[in-house]
Amino acid sequence: MSTSAQLINLMASLMLLIAFAMLAQRRIKSLIYLFAWQGLVLAANSLIVGWYTGHHELYLSAFFTLLLKVMALPLVLHYLIRRLDIQWDVETLINIPATLLAGIVLVVFAFNLALPISQLAGTITRGTLGIAIAVVLLAFLMMITRRKAVPQVIGFLAMENGLFFAATSATYGMPMVVELGILLDVIVGVLILGIFFFQVREAFDSLDLKHMEKLKESDP
Amino acid sequence: MTLAHLISFLSQLTQTLLVVLIAPLMLGWVAQCRAWLQNRSGPGLLQPYRVLFKLLHKDALLAHNASPLFRSAPYIQFGCMVLAASVVPIIETNLLFAPAADVIALVGVFALARVFSSLAAMDVGTAFGSLGARREMLVASLSEPALLMVLFTPLLIVQSSSLNTIVDTLAHREFQLHPSLAFAAVAFVMVLLAENARIPIDNPSTHLELTMIHEAMILEYSGRHLALIEWAHAIKFTTYCAIGIALFVPWGIAQAGVWQVLPGAVFALLVKLGVAGAGLALLESVCAKLRIFRAPEFMGMAFMLAALGMLTRLLLGA
Amino acid sequence: MYPFEEAPLDLILGIVLYWLLIGAAGLLRPASLRFVSRVLFPMGALGGLLLVIAALTAVRLDPASMVLPLGLPDLPFHLRLDALSAFFMVLVGAIAFGVSLFSVGYFRSGEGALPGLLCLQYHVFLSSMVMVMLADDAYLFMVAWETMALSSYFLVTTSHRIPEIRRAGFLYLLIAHIGAIALLLCFGVIHGEAGHYAFDALRANSLSPFWGSAAFLLALAGFGAKAGLLPLHVWLPEAHPAAPSPVSALMSAVMLKTAVYGFLRVGFDLLSAPLWWWGVTALVLGLLTALFGVMFAAVQSDMKRLLAYSSIESIGIIFAGVGLAMIFHTYHNPHLAALALAATLYHCLNHAFFKCLLFLGTGSVLHATNERNLGRLGGLMRTMPWVAGFSLVGALAIAGLPPLNGFVSEWLLLQAFLFSPGLPNPYLNMLVPLGSAALVLAAALSGYVMVKFYGVIFLGQPREDKLASAHDAGGWERCALAWFALGCIALGLFPMAVILMLDHVTSLLVNFSLSSVTSGRGWLLFAPIAAQRASYGPLFFLLGIVGTLAVTFLAVRAFYHGRLRRGNAWDCGFPAQTSRMQDTAEGFGQPITQIFEPFFRVRREMPDPFSRTPVYFKTNEDRIWYWLYLPVAHAHERIASWIGVLQHGRIHIYLLYSFATLLALLLFVR
Repeated sequence: MSTSAQLINLMASLMLLIAFAMLAQRRIKSLIYLFAWQGLVLAANSLIVGWYTGHHELYLSAFFTLLLKVMALPLVLHYLIRRLDIQWDVETLINIPATLLAGIVLVVFAFNLALPISQLAGTITRGTLGIAIAVVLLAFLMMITRRKAVPQVIGFLAMENGLFFAATSATYGMPMVVELGILLDVIVGVLILGIFFFQVREAFDSLDLKHMEKLKESDP
Repeated sequence: MTLAHLISFLSQLTQTLLVVLIAPLMLGWVAQCRAWLQNRSGPGLLQPYRVLFKLLHKDALLAHNASPLFRSAPYIQFGCMVLAASVVPIIETNLLFAPAADVIALVGVFALARVFSSLAAMDVGTAFGSLGARREMLVASLSEPALLMVLFTPLLIVQSSSLNTIVDTLAHREFQLHPSLAFAAVAFVMVLLAENARIPIDNPSTHLELTMIHEAMILEYSGRHLALIEWAHAIKFTTYCAIGIALFVPWGIAQAGVWQVLPGAVFALLVKLGVAGAGLALLESVCAKLRIFRAPEFMGMAFMLAALGMLTRLLLGA
Repeated sequence: MYPFEEAPLDLILGIVLYWLLIGAAGLLRPASLRFVSRVLFPMGALGGLLLVIAALTAVRLDPASMVLPLGLPDLPFHLRLDALSAFFMVLVGAIAFGVSLFSVGYFRSGEGALPGLLCLQYHVFLSSMVMVMLADDAYLFMVAWETMALSSYFLVTTSHRIPEIRRAGFLYLLIAHIGAIALLLCFGVIHGEAGHYAFDALRANSLSPFWGSAAFLLALAGFGAKAGLLPLHVWLPEAHPAAPSPVSALMSAVMLKTAVYGFLRVGFDLLSAPLWWWGVTALVLGLLTALFGVMFAAVQSDMKRLLAYSSIESIGIIFAGVGLAMIFHTYHNPHLAALALAATLYHCLNHAFFKCLLFLGTGSVLHATNERNLGRLGGLMRTMPWVAGFSLVGALAIAGLPPLNGFVSEWLLLQAFLFSPGLPNPYLNMLVPLGSAALVLAAALSGYVMVKFYGVIFLGQPREDKLASAHDAGGWERCALAWFALGCIALGLFPMAVILMLDHVTSLLVNFSLSSVTSGRGWLLFAPIAAQRASYGPLFFLLGIVGTLAVTFLAVRAFYHGRLRRGNAWDCGFPAQTSRMQDTAEGFGQPITQIFEPFFRVRREMPDPFSRTPVYFKTNEDRIWYWLYLPVAHAHERIASWIGVLQHGRIHIYLLYSFATLLALLLFVR
């Protein structure tokens, strides 16, 4: 196996590791750090793939990833939780080992899902497609198991990271227009959600999504 | 007996004696590093030897109702640990005893020693003893599945569960990045901490606390029995480090019969053990002890990491 | 060297007859305990020893068959003795020998049924188990199977004056019959349109995948009910404590294995074309059963219930092994199939030995103290050193520790698991290794259970005053315990001998013999795959530990003094400790209930803080009982009450029913 293939595999493994770490992390603050690390690994991966395959537009995408996902978004999120005063919030997660076990089952599922696809693909990164799908699914699982609003947003962003990673590994990245569009969507999404947080807290005095259950037609 | 047998017997004897003799030094080194990290001057590297010497000279004090099981348990533990130490290749892979136990059987040896120490702890019938025994068995039964998963990844790569073969294959061929092995290595460190009664599962420097595990089991021991237990404990710790080295950083261990690299191998071993000890000291300084019921979570994380390592190995072949 | 090489089948039939005669002889003087226990039981033990010798011979020989002029007019009894049945007969014989020996000293007068009756039931039970293994047609198999169930039912309800024991017996009988119905249907399905119920005809009948699967699932249910597989396990923890200890030992060690035998017979022999998911089903069910069993064993406070749950765990491991062997078998990998199968059969043998040892040990404890509750035992090592010593061997063996026998089979099974990534199915490839973690968890927790079992009963201080006067077991009982303890040690130290015997079984079922790759390595080293791949040398192992032990002991003695003083236990300087301050059985169970809470249905009653007589109460119940059994029972009662409408008690109405039926029949069946 060539050195770059080994490096790409290493990056893929790190992506998976960080996805799992996010699943098991209780502290919101650490969650944001982990998200930033994931962005960094993603950028590094784009760089390596770009360098190896000669797709130089990937450098640009790596740069944007670095700018947005490693610096801008984590800063915004840090600012948000400081303003909302939930920096040290600890979530009461139910049964982390069980969640992790479910995560492992998801990984096995994703790997098997990706096997036929990656056998068709001729890219050097084909093996990592399974990991990309797994990262998406794990982020989804994280969104399901969280009750507070901010971690859910981070889960959403991590899912986007997974999709991005999938695009890099399957077809050496999306067209630049699409990529830029998605990045813009993400920024706008986070900004809108940030405003929502304040509104939600205004209304319920808490960011616990449990309170949203009241928002339905019939009064209990 | 042929010359080859004699040489491999001598090599075996040397390696085993080396582990047995440097084991207290290893504990001393970790303690010294911790002291430095905490801005203390520390007791010195040779302190564990002084403690052993002192204990061996003291009278052994036994409870009135202590049974023969209680008296023989320290010897059995010591025997198990020496056997374990003699199976792991540390300098060269030509071990006479190696075929007697592969990695899985090695886990069995540790389990045997643990069960005897737990039973001995229950023998006198004090509140602390049985509490320690119960916790020790609990932590062990949670860490064993994680340990098996850790072992799975190198076994998959090498297609063998014999430590000799693993070291021979991993150390003496073209270098390759194995992310799966990195996962397994992190999980292994977590298992090592749990199995050797270190922070964050147990605190080796505590007495008279309701949180203690290992220390609670040996409260009733004194004199030569206690010395043997402490020594066995040190050998276990060193052997675990040696297993980690053999599985994850085997470079430097000499192949059987290649004599000219032996000095280098000894040097590499000492460096690796030194780094491992310092790293563990650092880990122990930055981590806080977990509540006992957080231990399942900790072991769950180790298990998950190891399982991820195995899965990435299966997917990426790396 | 091998006697009876001429006709082992005749000899085994002779032993069956001999046991039946001994049983009948018990009726000559049914009330005389001396006659039954001093004359008949030793004779029965002799039969067990003969059976071992005959079966050991038969394992090596070609299958022998025979037709007895008994049974139905057009279906006489077919008998067949091949390597599989011979292997299980070795197990029956060895266990029967030890248990009969123990029974000589165990049974006391005035406990429940008459001794003569007990002797009859006991020997009929033994013979019926041998007949199950000899049967070569479905009819004889079911007859022997039902005889076995009934005789064991009577043995369980020996002390039938106690209501709980009657209830336990009823539950056992009920589930045994549900299983028997499933088996009957299973044979019916395999039979299909073929003309004959002899196993040869069934073997020749090739089934479609659908009917094959139906037969397999019915077999799994039927044999699973007898073996105690989830969710049909509920009778085990009730029946084992109710039965006298030798009977519990016999049921746990041998009767559960007849179910394994039957499952292997149907799964590997009668059903010729296995599908891949059959093995997966057995594997998953087995692993779940193992985990379930060991967790419940960890929270028990009755020593025989604890052992019963531990039996459930072992059965789970055995079925997981069978499942793994089936998976390898369907993917045409005979080497690994043979490895998994050998591990499974080895575990059957091991489980029989160590479980018997512990059940009989609890029997001795029960006789000496009249206590089954772990909360009232403790410190028996001082008063019962023999039983404690032998039980230690059993406890270490069950915990899967080298160099005893439990470790060898678990090691073999793990080696089989380690190979599973070579499977062609990618899902199995990734999930089966995770299954091995479940196996290791079960094995490690069984170590926890055994430390609890042994520590609470034999170590520590006596929790009751009366325990100080407990007496050790008698000579006969000690001999029996020694037999099983020696068995545990020998099976652990000489795995190659067992593998050579198992080779005949594996080459019969999956066409591969392990010794073809292991031969040449001698008896010292055990390398079932390849010496490079994995090896285990129990003798080296023992030598290493004992050698170091001796050297250390001598060195400590030679260089230092041997001074020893005795004092009070220190316990961190706490002076007022009593025996009540030791960890109890409940205390040992507490972390398990806390960590694995979803498995249990826990009920707690905490004392009121101001109460003068505080009562703490906690039960851990089986969720399956509430999820499955109670709903079924309620549904059954509801249906019964609907049908009960028909019952009036007036004769005219009943006559009307008959009349209406007659008219309907005349109308429709012209």
